[in-house]
Amino acid sequence: MFKRNSWLSRCITPKTGLPVPVVWSASGLAWVLLVGLWAGLSYGGVVPGMFLPTPGAVVEAAVRLSRDGTLGQHVWASVEVVMVGFIVSSLVAVPLGLLMGSFRIVQAFLEPLVNFIRYLPVTSFVPLFILWIGIGLEQRVSVIIFGVFFQQLVMIADVSKGISKDLINASYTLGSNRRDAVLHVIAPASLPGVLDTLRVTMGWAWTYLVVAELVAASSGLGYLSLKAMRGFQVDVIFLAIAIIGLLGLVTDQLFRFLRLRIAAWAQ
Amino acid sequence: MGSVTAANRRFIEPVAAPAHAAPRLQVDKVSLRYSKPGGGTFTALEEVSFEVPDQQFAVLVGPSGCGKSSLLYLTAGLAEPTSGEIYVGGQQVQGPGADRGMVFQSYTLFPWLTVRQNVEFGLKRRGMPAARRKEIVDHYVHEVGLSGFADNYAKQLSGGMMQRVAIARALANDPQILLMDEPFGALDSQTRLQMQQLLLRVWGNSKKTVLFVTHDIDEAILLGDRVYVMGARPGRIKQILDVPIERPRTLDMVMERSFIDMKRQIFGLLHDDLEEAH
Repeated sequence: MFKRNSWLSRCITPKTGLPVPVVWSASGLAWVLLVGLWAGLSYGGVVPGMFLPTPGAVVEAAVRLSRDGTLGQHVWASVEVVMVGFIVSSLVAVPLGLLMGSFRIVQAFLEPLVNFIRYLPVTSFVPLFILWIGIGLEQRVSVIIFGVFFQQLVMIADVSKGISKDLINASYTLGSNRRDAVLHVIAPASLPGVLDTLRVTMGWAWTYLVVAELVAASSGLGYLSLKAMRGFQVDVIFLAIAIIGLLGLVTDQLFRFLRLRIAAWAQ
Repeated sequence: MGSVTAANRRFIEPVAAPAHAAPRLQVDKVSLRYSKPGGGTFTALEEVSFEVPDQQFAVLVGPSGCGKSSLLYLTAGLAEPTSGEIYVGGQQVQGPGADRGMVFQSYTLFPWLTVRQNVEFGLKRRGMPAARRKEIVDHYVHEVGLSGFADNYAKQLSGGMMQRVAIARALANDPQILLMDEPFGALDSQTRLQMQQLLLRVWGNSKKTVLFVTHDIDEAILLGDRVYVMGARPGRIKQILDVPIERPRTLDMVMERSFIDMKRQIFGLLHDDLEEAH
């Protein structure tokens, strides 16, 4: 048998918890290494500035673009696309997914179709969306919805399928009718799983942003990055990517917080 | 305490039924057959008939596969018999309803609701006014000894506590009959003994008709007025035995002569069944 008292030993023991400072240090270390590697490669001249900007140059680009207000506009344009697309998609996918997981007939009707569509590449639909919808906000929102909706549907259906039949039976013996069982058992019982699904798919919504802004956009972080590519402004490309990552991180934490607040009973 | 129960009962039964009316539960030639996946049919229950009088504590005991849980689900209306009828309070069972409360073997507390809200669940479905609900909930939460935990969620409760909430939740609805499907099967033996005593006390106060399923012979004798010994393949009632032990029942009665005699008798009946299976 091995000793498990030192934290070093705990680090290499499977499924073993660690003290908080060790966890935080490890998380911080990853960032330090990444930024350190980046700084080393760029400042050290290993990779020319044309391909890899220095961290300082990216910060300078951020300051420069913030000063004339364009960065704020781009950020807002992107947040709008992602949020509208994500919210519209979720508003339909959550109730429909719950029904799909609870009623065999809805599942039979939708599942084969949804499983076909969700493997279609979103990018291949961009030209079609432009043809059908035009080049406005609706087009970009459609890309987000197309990328997220079908995945949400399948994941939420799985959540409601996982609810114990005993819970529903218990509610029947307490006088519930079928409507009560859906509204007062399936819906609340699904809440933690639904929030987890939203959290994961929110991340996907952000990754589809650049695809959405690939063609015919005139603002947004994806547009900013593509425009910068034409001018070889690698610092701006880096900035746009970093901001998308940060916004993703913020929304992720927001969902984590929401989950802890409104579904505290599930922890 | 008594007034709460009385108020509660008035709400459900506007006209009190006469005490000498039909038996509380009547199971009439009930059969249940499944088609097996590989073809052929499996007979879970074969023409089972019996009656449970009002206020009786009836226990179904039998080996696994004898259909004892199925009988409970059929009575609850959560499943339909292939043939035969079940009557509760003279009404034929057509589907699930609040007049037949059930305590399940698995923990079925709604984890998003507190203890109080769980007990309140059935009353709310009926649209009972809040003041009346609170009165009834307070009574039953106290009855199962969980007054100090009324605002806790399921994750903060032990298995025994969860089953106590399940009992309170079913009783708060003032059902005609309380169906219990091995409710203490998942508990450790110490907790199980405590729960049996608690159930006897609560039952003594409420005087509900109970149909209790177990495979534990001690539990069957300790709790029941009458024990229905079942056999498997096909599921049927082999023998009905009255428990000759006076109430109140206490734990030390398991050492008494009459208890041990009855235990031996039931064991023999169940053992025959095992022999037949070979």
